[in-house]
Amino acid sequence: MTYVMTALTMPKFGLAMTEGKLSSWTIAPGGAVREGDEVADIETSKITSGYESPASGVLRRQVALAGETLPVGALLGVVADADVPEAEIDAFIASFRAESTEEGEETAEATSSEPKMVEVGAHRLNVRDVGRGEGPPLLLIHGFGGDLSNWMLNQDVLARHQRVIAFDLPGHGASSKDVGDGSLTFLAEAAAGLLQALDIPKAHVLGHSLGGAVALCLLRDAPDSVVTLTLVAPAGLERAVNVESLKAMVESDRTRDMQQALQALVHDKSLVGRKMADNVLKVRRLDGAREALRTIAATCFANGQQTDDLRPVLDAASVPVRLFWGEEDEILPVAGAKNAPDTVVKYILPEIGHMPQLEKTVEFNRIVEGFLEENA
Amino acid sequence: MSKKSFRQAINEALRQEMRRDPTVVLMGEDVAGGQGGSSGVKDAWGGVLGVTKGLLTEFGESRVLDTPISEASYIGAAAGAAATGLRPVAELMFVDFVGCCLDQIMNQAAKFRYMFGGKARTPLVIRAMYGAGFNAAAQHSQALYPLFTHIPGLKVVVPSSPYEAKGLLIEAIRDDDPVIFLENKVMYDDEEDVPDEAYTIPFGEANLTREGSDVTIVAIGRMVGMANEAADRLAKQGISCTVLDPRTTSPLDEQTILECVEDTGRLVVVDESSPRCNMACDISALVAEHAFGALKAPIRRVVPPHTPVPFSTPLEKLYMPSAEKIEAAVKSVMTQKTPEVA
Repeated sequence: MTYVMTALTMPKFGLAMTEGKLSSWTIAPGGAVREGDEVADIETSKITSGYESPASGVLRRQVALAGETLPVGALLGVVADADVPEAEIDAFIASFRAESTEEGEETAEATSSEPKMVEVGAHRLNVRDVGRGEGPPLLLIHGFGGDLSNWMLNQDVLARHQRVIAFDLPGHGASSKDVGDGSLTFLAEAAAGLLQALDIPKAHVLGHSLGGAVALCLLRDAPDSVVTLTLVAPAGLERAVNVESLKAMVESDRTRDMQQALQALVHDKSLVGRKMADNVLKVRRLDGAREALRTIAATCFANGQQTDDLRPVLDAASVPVRLFWGEEDEILPVAGAKNAPDTVVKYILPEIGHMPQLEKTVEFNRIVEGFLEENA
Repeated sequence: MSKKSFRQAINEALRQEMRRDPTVVLMGEDVAGGQGGSSGVKDAWGGVLGVTKGLLTEFGESRVLDTPISEASYIGAAAGAAATGLRPVAELMFVDFVGCCLDQIMNQAAKFRYMFGGKARTPLVIRAMYGAGFNAAAQHSQALYPLFTHIPGLKVVVPSSPYEAKGLLIEAIRDDDPVIFLENKVMYDDEEDVPDEAYTIPFGEANLTREGSDVTIVAIGRMVGMANEAADRLAKQGISCTVLDPRTTSPLDEQTILECVEDTGRLVVVDESSPRCNMACDISALVAEHAFGALKAPIRRVVPPHTPVPFSTPLEKLYMPSAEKIEAAVKSVMTQKTPEVA
């Protein structure tokens, strides 16, 4: 008789993750799980996130202890039906360990997903280009003060059937720090330049926050390059913006202060740990990084309000558009969603803050994947 | 971003700051490295362990100054140069040589701002190698950061990794006060990802390299790596540790140390300097004074014995703290209970 047993393994949340800490089990040994149920909390150097069971059954064995730090792919536990004998579970664990030792070297080599520098005019942009597929690639544009790690829970999932390109906007992450006049138009030019440099005539474009406004500018200035548009809590649809929080995200120079500033981005404050704040501080402390953000803020959020009104661009959009917004957004109020025309399909998410792609990962990825498939 | 050694990280920090600011100059014994030797080769090694290699070639003899073997003279000259507008980075080679020039540091550089009523700035950095584990014997192996920490007017930096070293050295060069920057000589070949761009790390903010709930391990310099190793092993045994790297012993991030101890209730301090009046004493006193009520077990120090550093390899190994010793100390505070006080 063959038994079905499923290995729970350390997941890989984004490019930088090589190991993770099993913070806690949320299901006790012997507890029933359904596929998609959260079984454990995994803490990485960037974020703590729930780990969902890939199968239904009973959590027969917790192989890893809470608090243990393990490499990506390491065995955490085993899910199987209640009637699978203990001896079979032991054999499964033993064979999993034997196999993973053999595979060890191969996985170490599979690091082609590392970001690379791409020259775009006078810019040097840090670009992470993963996945292959027919049809136009997906371009991800992060928000103010963000970087390509904002997509750590999305990019690799979306790249299963599709080429997905994330990059650091000028002045952000590891990209060069010249942001010109700090305008949306300047940033949109850089995005258009990147598509050209990569020889991509058309792309699906997904923008978050300020990156949403950059995406709208890209649609306005280079309409032929945009196949579909996905906007996540985008700037440009409302006057209101929480400039105090944005300022704290730029200027905070202590871990504690930065952690507090970043917590304004999410509804579930426990998502932002010390490590995440430390990683943002590493980027802020690069020479020129804070100045670049100050320039953008002075142009895009002058006098405590958003400078650019991009509603006309969205009203006139002839490409399919999806809009995500968290009801508890503390940065750009969800009221902005009302200003999108009825032709835009809207997903208004309760109990979610400014970063639905991090807070509502599974649903977000599923909807985006479906949307891209429809428009493939 | 690419992998860089501790040595490369220091070299890159010096190079980038010298490019950015023409007032940054280097001076010390052999910083040019082999200049004027019989082979006629200039810039042969760049210091005894090759840290300043290539800087003479790029910046010339007017900014990379090889000095006579007279610590009192060139450290004094550097302090004076700093007071009159340059940003000198003086290399003391082995920190043990501070005995020859302590007056210039302790009574001159450290006191200028205070004694001139706040009107003098002394943007001086003194780099030096410290630490045992290199079979360099008793006169070249000391970890003298407590000595400098004791002196008001000095800032004292003890980086624990290449990333930390680059950011903290750039911060030190841009700082307007005298900074003692200590490099563990055993760590020069350690590697990690270090950004290519210049960046700074502020002084007086601790870095938590592990976050846990049972025990706080405070570790300094090279001890941070050992503490991380111990914490990872202990995690597999179900003991969860915070590892706190103060980065600078002066200023000291007292707040974060106290917060971590409040969270965990147990403290182990790892310090490779001689055990009397060292950082482990200082941090233990801080916690005993301000967080005594949070302690669930006595504080434990992992420190060497009060002897000169032995030359013999087995004795030097016995002398040094290690991941095993840290692990044992953590286990001992996990099993020890303080009696309930009514």
